[in-house]
Amino acid sequence: MNRLIIATAAILLSTAALAVLPGERLTDPTMEARAREVSQALRCVVCQNETIDDSDAELAKDMRVLVRERISAGDSNEQVVSYMVQRYGDFVLLKPRMTANTMALWFGPFALLIVGAFVVARRLRRPATQVAEAVTLSDAEAREVQAMKDRAS
Amino acid sequence: MTTTSAKRWPFVIPVAVIAALIGAFGKRLLDVNRGDDPHLIPSVLLNTPMPEFDLAPLPGREPGLATRDLKGSVSLVNVWGSWCVACLAEHPTLMALQRENAIPIQGIAWRDSPSASLAWLAQRGDPYARIGQDPKSVAAISLGVTGAPETFVVDATGVIRYKHIGPITPEVWQTTLAPLIAQLKK
Repeated sequence: MNRLIIATAAILLSTAALAVLPGERLTDPTMEARAREVSQALRCVVCQNETIDDSDAELAKDMRVLVRERISAGDSNEQVVSYMVQRYGDFVLLKPRMTANTMALWFGPFALLIVGAFVVARRLRRPATQVAEAVTLSDAEAREVQAMKDRAS
Repeated sequence: MTTTSAKRWPFVIPVAVIAALIGAFGKRLLDVNRGDDPHLIPSVLLNTPMPEFDLAPLPGREPGLATRDLKGSVSLVNVWGSWCVACLAEHPTLMALQRENAIPIQGIAWRDSPSASLAWLAQRGDPYARIGQDPKSVAAISLGVTGAPETFVVDATGVIRYKHIGPITPEVWQTTLAPLIAQLKK
């Protein structure tokens, strides 16, 4: 039982496969936390679908070190991020900024949801209207139907 | 009949949307197939001044490379490393350009040990005018470098005019770089 608890705790508490090497970390825990936060928003430009915080690429390591240097030098998180954006473009951001270019990205899904809801609402209402239309025949139509029935019999 | 066709019109929309998506994704796939590599990230530094750096020389191989050295003539700034296989493929082209005195080539020895850089140059030839060491990617990151080799065309005022990702082949030189450089020299 004890072993099970230890094993579970080891799994739950481990920060397994952390790319950040001990030597890279800042001694000040608040600054280190900010560095982690910034690193998790920046894309590794070598591997592209990883954050620099997760990546083992050498360039990602150098970028992490640079993030920490700039934070230690007194930059705000935003300043560090825009330093990278100035050099690598918006591409380096894993969470795209809201600009004219990315409006479709940000609002497209919601627009599609609204369109979809509209279409579904229309579809759900339709059978009822169809029945109503079928029931109310004009006088002329009623006479025509009657005439057809007479002919058939 | 007119009522039914009027009721069917919303179904045209999803079909049109899906057709448009297939078209857009299909075009992208064809572009990638034709050589538009998604790993090539367009540089945001085009037409901006070279970022500030001042890199130490390799020991015994002066001079080093600083931003101020890039003013005065059109030049290439080549980011390379002895660990980089594509740089090896590019090397004969750089040597040929140096022999022809085509353009000054400035080197940034990126993430490399000085001894490995020097051994590489001693063995294969040294096409560079100046070389700065960049062991911690300080200059590389400020240049937005994502891999080696990358080559920047810098005009005589020190402004970045072009970035080539990957090895410079004779073909790249003839079709892209040489015409641009000729224009910049005017």
